[in-house]
Amino acid sequence: MLQITFFNRLVIWLLVAAGLLAAMPNAFYSRVESHNDAVAAIEATGATPELEADAATWPGLLPNNLVNLGLDLRGGAHLLGRVRVEEVYAERMTAMWPEVRDALRDERATIGTIRRVDGPEDQLQVRIQNADQMASAMETVRGLARQVVSLSYPGATDIEVSANGDVLVVQLSEAERELSDQRTVQQSLEIIRRRVDEVGTREPTIQRQGSDRIIIQVPGIGSAQELKDLIGTTAKLTFHPVVQRVSSPDADASGRTITLPSADPSEEGVYYVLEESPVVSGEELVDAQPDFDQNGQPAVNFRFNASGARKFGDYTAENVGSPFAIVLDGEVISAPVIRQHIPGGTGIISGNFSVQESSDLAVLLRAGALPAGMDFLQERTIGPELGADSIRAGAIACLVAFAAVLVFMALSYGLFGIFANIALLINVGLIFGLLSTIGATLTLPGIAGIVLTIGMAVDANVLVFERIREELKTAKGPSRAISLGYEKALSAIIDANITTFITAAILFVLGSGPVRGFSVTLALGIITSVFTAIYVTRLLIVTWFERARPKTIEV
Amino acid sequence: MRLRLVPQETNINFFRARKVTFGASMVLMVLSLVAWFAMGLNFGIDFRGGTTIRTESTQEVDVAAYRDALAPLELGDVAISEVFDPTFDADQHVAMLRIQAQEGEESAGNEMVANVEAALKGLDESIRFTSVESVGPKVSGELVQSAVLAVLAALGAIMVYIWLRFEWQFSLGAVVALFHDVLLTIGLFAVLQIRFDLATIAALLTIVGYSINDTVVIFDRVRENLIKYKKMALQDVMNLSVNETLSRTVMTSGTTLIALIALLVLGGDVIRGFVFAITWGVVVGTYSSVYVAKNVVLMLGTKRDWSKPSDGPGGTQFSTSDA
Repeated sequence: MLQITFFNRLVIWLLVAAGLLAAMPNAFYSRVESHNDAVAAIEATGATPELEADAATWPGLLPNNLVNLGLDLRGGAHLLGRVRVEEVYAERMTAMWPEVRDALRDERATIGTIRRVDGPEDQLQVRIQNADQMASAMETVRGLARQVVSLSYPGATDIEVSANGDVLVVQLSEAERELSDQRTVQQSLEIIRRRVDEVGTREPTIQRQGSDRIIIQVPGIGSAQELKDLIGTTAKLTFHPVVQRVSSPDADASGRTITLPSADPSEEGVYYVLEESPVVSGEELVDAQPDFDQNGQPAVNFRFNASGARKFGDYTAENVGSPFAIVLDGEVISAPVIRQHIPGGTGIISGNFSVQESSDLAVLLRAGALPAGMDFLQERTIGPELGADSIRAGAIACLVAFAAVLVFMALSYGLFGIFANIALLINVGLIFGLLSTIGATLTLPGIAGIVLTIGMAVDANVLVFERIREELKTAKGPSRAISLGYEKALSAIIDANITTFITAAILFVLGSGPVRGFSVTLALGIITSVFTAIYVTRLLIVTWFERARPKTIEV
Repeated sequence: MRLRLVPQETNINFFRARKVTFGASMVLMVLSLVAWFAMGLNFGIDFRGGTTIRTESTQEVDVAAYRDALAPLELGDVAISEVFDPTFDADQHVAMLRIQAQEGEESAGNEMVANVEAALKGLDESIRFTSVESVGPKVSGELVQSAVLAVLAALGAIMVYIWLRFEWQFSLGAVVALFHDVLLTIGLFAVLQIRFDLATIAALLTIVGYSINDTVVIFDRVRENLIKYKKMALQDVMNLSVNETLSRTVMTSGTTLIALIALLVLGGDVIRGFVFAITWGVVVGTYSSVYVAKNVVLMLGTKRDWSKPSDGPGGTQFSTSDA
């Protein structure tokens, strides 16, 4: 046991050196942080002398991974949102109505007149005159179905058509709902990411959780409300034909129409009755820029993609002289009269905007609309002062705990205690090195995890040293006692640490947020403390033993 | 000169008062259960839903005035408490407001938070809102579920591991000891009405991890001594094992407690509840590995001689294939 090959020694020291090197940037936190920010900025926007100077504060050859500080240490906002995936179903059905109507109209000779009737939002219900021809009507509508690619539902189509008396019911199939949910959440994630990135904050975390939830954590932002304002605005842009202008929300004309209020403050109490199915929607928008209209008022100009441009062009060509409503998030921004055919797919939205409002609107339109609304289930704002206080308190507590444990160990085990203390210092260095390397986030409970590790890291060494003491009593000579001590303590060390590791793993899997942060530091702490206790202290003791060749030892 | 907390040779009979200690543990467990159900836990918003707002001001906190300022908002149950901490500056006055989940809202409303902030600002110009946290009732239900699941899963996984490495009697003993620690901690939280939130669950699991660590080290020695002294009575083997490992138990618990107490005093009030739970757990966990876990094993008895099938209740044989 006391013979450690040169190769093993080399590996142990290399591991220690690599760990400490990885931990080192954390000792120069703000310098490395400004270096990293500068490097990222140079990559994104090109170099300026200032950025070059910032980048030069930290040598490029050295590692530059830092431990991420959690929101509780840095301040910021956290949101847990649920995407209302079912909203998309209703929208899909509404969008499908013109298609179904046109298909059934062609069969009017056999099925008679058709009329859409009210039903659940996620269903399209159509009453047909000749109920005995239902089978052929269903066949026609089924012809509109598309195949979907789904592993769990092979051969499925996107809609299900059924009959209920003389009412034909169309709804999304199970397979399509699943795929639609997937897409909706994925799209929401992407849009939220883009919107958060527009503000240029550092290291936002935007993650999917479960089937329809999204976690958003943004360090440095003032409040959860601000974050919600940023991402929660759906910016759903649609263009609808106007049926009439009314002065009451209840003056709904018959048919498939919606009544929306005007967003213009000078048009207080004005409502527009619009056709429910939009001509073009914001999803087909490719660009939006703040601009000024012909009167020099702030406005937003936009451009459609090819299919949007065609639809927009066709509609404007056919409806010169009719008003056309631009709807944003359920409010009519403006309803200009179409003066001429607009062929190129570009247009301008003018309303009563301020310059700021027009540029905000442009950002929102560019980032795209969230496909569905979100409910916020959990939100948290942590002020930066509180974070700074917590860091300070945590750091002081760590130092005191550390110093006390070091003194205690040295007093209890003398030279061996000092070896254990060196290993303990290396241990904490390794934890930080690992945390930086895997990019884990350090939270306040994480600091508690490190403190607990400091306390428990000692355990493995204590087990060994106590064992050596016992072996010394039977007086087999110091070398034999040391090697027996390590040998016999090993099973206890392994068993004890595996069980703790099991709890850390379970905490990681089942926990979230701070609990997870704690479990990561705890688990890493177990790994590094077993390594330092079994290898590093032993190597230190063996190296000392080979040099000093003591006849007797005292532990 | 070495610092020795435990004399070199100890020969304490840990089973002398075994009926008293074990009985006391059982009584405490029952009392904890009673306290839990009778007094209830002071659940934080993680579990109940609602909003907590932490305020910081240079002026003294006047809880009654805060309450009066918020009364017109009709928020239902509002708990306001002033926070004291040795790490605060002289002119740093902190209060925690806990507001119940408002009816019909998934997440606590922003308007409500804005109203509260405005009302308090009117009372005290210097007030700042250092943290605001809202949990919707829907999530909180799931959090309770996953928390309970986490504790049970941890206990189960540990039980299986100990069973494989030792024997089922040991596994049962360890798990009884863990239940003991978890229950006593919950009981203490109920009696002192300390806020019980997600961090507390993390603390409970840590206690489980620590306590099992401690128990396993002693069991490991018992296993070793059972093989070494085949003829010695089980009770004596256990006593010997605890005495042999006593110095280590005290050292480890000592260093851990030193570190935890430093965190408890200096770590700030944000994590105090969490650290308090772990500190208490280390004390209870150390006690339970000596006085609860082994008592259970002693009651169950264990197979000593594997060559005789009739010798006590058997277990797995992994345990004898020495590690």
